[in-house]
Amino acid sequence: MMHTTMAPSSFSVQRASPAGRAALVVAVLLVVLAASVPWWGESAWMREFVEIACYFIFAMMWNLLAGYGGMVSIGQQAFFGLGGYVMLMLGNLGGVNPFIAIPLAALAAGLVALPVSWIAFRLQGGYFAIGTWVIAEVFRLSFANISAVGGGSGTTLTALRGIERATRESVTYWMALACVVAAMALVYVFLRSKQGLALLAIRDNEVAAQSQGIAVQRTKRAVYMVAAFGAGLAGALYFVGNLRISPDAAFSVNWTAFAIFMVVIGGIGRIEGPIVGALIFWLLNKFFSDYGTWYLLGLGLLAIVTTIFFKQGLWGYAQTRWGWALFPTQRVLRIHAA
Amino acid sequence: LTKVLEILIQGVLLGGLYTLFALGQSLMFGVMRLTNTAQGDFIVLAAFAAIAGLMLLGTGSGAIVGVALALLPVAFGFGYVLQRTALNGTLGRDPLPSLVVTFGMAIVIQNLLLQLFSADPRSIDIGAFATRAIALGGGLSVGALPVLILVIAVAATAALQWLFSATALGRAFRAVSDDSEVAGLMGLNARHVYALATGIAFVLIALAGVLQGMRTTVSPADGPLLLLFAFEAVIIGGMGSFWGTLAGAMILGIAQQIGFRFDPGWGIWFGHLVFLAVLLMRPQGLFPKTRG
Repeated sequence: MMHTTMAPSSFSVQRASPAGRAALVVAVLLVVLAASVPWWGESAWMREFVEIACYFIFAMMWNLLAGYGGMVSIGQQAFFGLGGYVMLMLGNLGGVNPFIAIPLAALAAGLVALPVSWIAFRLQGGYFAIGTWVIAEVFRLSFANISAVGGGSGTTLTALRGIERATRESVTYWMALACVVAAMALVYVFLRSKQGLALLAIRDNEVAAQSQGIAVQRTKRAVYMVAAFGAGLAGALYFVGNLRISPDAAFSVNWTAFAIFMVVIGGIGRIEGPIVGALIFWLLNKFFSDYGTWYLLGLGLLAIVTTIFFKQGLWGYAQTRWGWALFPTQRVLRIHAA
Repeated sequence: LTKVLEILIQGVLLGGLYTLFALGQSLMFGVMRLTNTAQGDFIVLAAFAAIAGLMLLGTGSGAIVGVALALLPVAFGFGYVLQRTALNGTLGRDPLPSLVVTFGMAIVIQNLLLQLFSADPRSIDIGAFATRAIALGGGLSVGALPVLILVIAVAATAALQWLFSATALGRAFRAVSDDSEVAGLMGLNARHVYALATGIAFVLIALAGVLQGMRTTVSPADGPLLLLFAFEAVIIGGMGSFWGTLAGAMILGIAQQIGFRFDPGWGIWFGHLVFLAVLLMRPQGLFPKTRG
């Protein structure tokens, strides 16, 4: 720390916001309400929630990686698919309860990210993006050659057969809810921690961060592994809900494409971004997905227009305009007159 | 031994096509650090533009050559305008905007082509030339079209290298690449220079698209795979050198041919693995000219 000879004026570091405290209360109430849905809701709602939860968790992790870590990847579907396949193999071949296999599969994806990072981190910027895509393709083609999981045409999750349908749907739903809460808490706590501050410094200027003693490579690698863990969690959850897996579905680049869309529309580099983005994506999907190619074409155009004209996304606009922050991660220095 | 020779020859011929996929990517990245994730989709778009042109004009050999040649200046103008209007605004230290915008373009192109032409694979019908073979002796023969593609690829590489090292435009490319601000002080309009580079890249993309459509088939979903091939060729070869890109494309072509020989499903997979191995052992590529 540097000491100055100026008269010390008192200061404090503000880390919470009134909106943030209110948001926390509302969030807790929402989660409690959501948790009771299986007793009064319809099963179609629960299925829909599970699906959008997977998209959301995946987008959240992509936001952590690209928006905070500065690592723009087009290959996160590698860990999404891996999570799905590890869950399925633990269930079908290893006899593990698939619900217990979900966190285990996420853990496996996080661990595999370490050796993957040795290769992927050789590339920077745009080339990192396409390099990770190649790695995801290697995953896809490799799993297409494993006959124990059905090769190229995929296979079905048979481990859930003995469980009654209503029970299965309720438990899957609660799992999804728990995963959403856990993923948000994980990202929020990580970003508020010392490592999170280091990460923001790296994103803003890598060289300057290094000169301040931040272990740049180690921090980036940690973020890469956390993001892979989250992507694996989303993947495992998705295929427990879906019951059927194939390499083309599990390792589809569309997962990352939708995540990019959600994050960019909502606002990159802010926790609220993927939440807003996922809500918009869900609404668009509900009303326009019947239009098929035109719908996808529209999503692509919307992403282009947003990136060129509204770099901050919707929530970024709201934040700069009205100062909203539901999940305050920044440290605001308040100096009080002595 | 004949088998080995055959794999090598087929690999080099395939590499000729990959060179044309990759040169545009290499040029755009070299001049403005722009990674065009829609590279492959623009190649497919060019092929479909040629197919659509031939639908209007009929299928004589004169029509094919005419459409192909007419497509090149159109592609140049398209690339120039695209860079001036959309892509220049996304350049900067942060790679995200340009990646998202080009990725969005990829999705738009794929779905537009799907809507207009359906998912069926199509090709450019070049009649008997498609199957003409040149005998090399010793029981070996090569297709006339792949040889033509290889010749065009080598010529394009040589032309691009000459353009970069021996002309005023090439000097401008290198200047804005090194430091666009200082180049601006010296009287260069970086936005215009970038647009010229993209225009030239799109001429190469159009050439690649037409030849891809002649050699095999194209369908709207092919783009991403072509992008990955282009990218792998650039990285294997090393950045900043067009001859390096050519060599990288050859290595990728040979690697894929070796893989195909073991199992038809393994060709592309093996190409990816060779790429990852090069990345792990020689991240700067095999023949790098510049760093970063």
